[in-house]
Amino acid sequence: MEGDVLVIGGGAAGMETASRISDFNRNVILIEKEQELGGHILKWDRLFPDGIPASDVTKNLKESLGSTKVLLGCYITSIEKREDSNFFAQLNSGETIKCSSVIFATGFKLFPAQKKQEYGYGLYERVITNADLETRFKKGEGLGKDAPKRIGFVHCVGSRDEKICNNQCSKLCCITAVKQAIELKQLYPFAEIFCFYMDLRMYGRGYEDLYLEAQSKYEIRFIRGRVSEISQEQSGLVIVKAEDTLASRPLKITLDWVVLMAGIISERENDYLSQQLSLQLGEDGFIDSVDPIQKTNQTNIAGVFVTGSASGPKTLPEVINEARSTALSVNEYLNKIKNG
Amino acid sequence: MVDFGFELSSSKRIDLDSFDSDLFLKLKAESGKITECIACGSCTSSCSAGIFTLVNFRKTILLIERGKNEEAIELIKGCMLCGKCTLVCPRGINTREIILSINQYYKKERF
Ligand code: SF4
Ligand code: SF4
Ligand code: SF4
Repeated sequence: MEGDVLVIGGGAAGMETASRISDFNRNVILIEKEQELGGHILKWDRLFPDGIPASDVTKNLKESLGSTKVLLGCYITSIEKREDSNFFAQLNSGETIKCSSVIFATGFKLFPAQKKQEYGYGLYERVITNADLETRFKKGEGLGKDAPKRIGFVHCVGSRDEKICNNQCSKLCCITAVKQAIELKQLYPFAEIFCFYMDLRMYGRGYEDLYLEAQSKYEIRFIRGRVSEISQEQSGLVIVKAEDTLASRPLKITLDWVVLMAGIISERENDYLSQQLSLQLGEDGFIDSVDPIQKTNQTNIAGVFVTGSASGPKTLPEVINEARSTALSVNEYLNKIKNG
Repeated sequence: MVDFGFELSSSKRIDLDSFDSDLFLKLKAESGKITECIACGSCTSSCSAGIFTLVNFRKTILLIERGKNEEAIELIKGCMLCGKCTLVCPRGINTREIILSINQYYKKERF
């Protein structure tokens, strides 16, 4: 199969980039390893800060794909750039794709919370992750029919933590915690909800307002301190220990449920592709841009582009805007190689 | 009793499973804004009394929220009710009014 552009990854970044490049009358091939397009947002119920249904976004993205050729259940087994600047990618299906440029829209991985053993994810039934909670929201289950009395959110799980080799802030989890806490309070108006945070990073428009609403309207309580351990009582309830750093005291609380805000880490599954192309990765495993200010979507290899969370944690609107700018850069590149 | 030369000290831990929330709930009912504090410390840093005494409004409402009322009251004893803290609070909390209410609670003048 031949095309101008090969987009790897059918999440929001890949879909938007593919549809915008097709708008320039280019032949675009989009490959996705799963059997369905959408990526992470497929598992999400509603999106911060306004609560827009994630399925609406996926639907719009799918509808605008235009003439893009979509290959589902496909991944690349090997890739090379030849002398003539063309790329040859071998797929698991046996097919070979020849194209002039390649876009990594390979996204991120959610931190596997069981790696943070002291929090007991996978051991204690009432310790779940942000993604688990979204799935429950999506299924309309919430936290079950028996209204929980007390729920805790643990921020920065798998982020800002040298012990698990991830120093960076995942950027999205503070606002996600506040969004999910409000949603739980709407479901269970009598529940007491606590967020354990180190810093609250409410940087986006509308985020601080949501935080204020969480405090005033929903009476969600914020305790500054990183949770050090979680244990389980015989009854199945969970005990959380942290320092209340604003009071300089150790603190203990028994909760019905704990939600761990698993962070964003790099998707290391594609490292063999970056190696084959000699792409430069950062220490954190995300793909490096050739210039982090003006050429965020270009990599060290001409013709290879990166878009979305493959180059670091991003919000959905950021991903979509970046995808559009990537489409422009790719189109410029294709014009340049065609005209010599 | 035999004097062993040491005594048991009481727990300093904040135990949110069993604590006295009476004052906090009353203050909240009176001024819902108390839950909006972001612990920025502007109130404490603007306070003239705080330079010479233990006055610390940020910690006062935090400790009341955690049920440590006796300790909290120690932190407003030197307050002169000048109201500077109210002027600077970025969340618009009427801090001076809350201090007055806490006083009235302890003097049993109100609530
Ligand atoms: S966004 Fe918030 S919860 Fe997530 S890593 Fe950053 S500080 Fe921690
Ligand atoms: S009202 Fe009291 S706490 Fe506030 S600034 Fe004046 S002296 Fe300090
Ligand atoms: S100035 Fe206002 S928001 Fe800041 S710590 Fe004091 S009461 Fe809280």
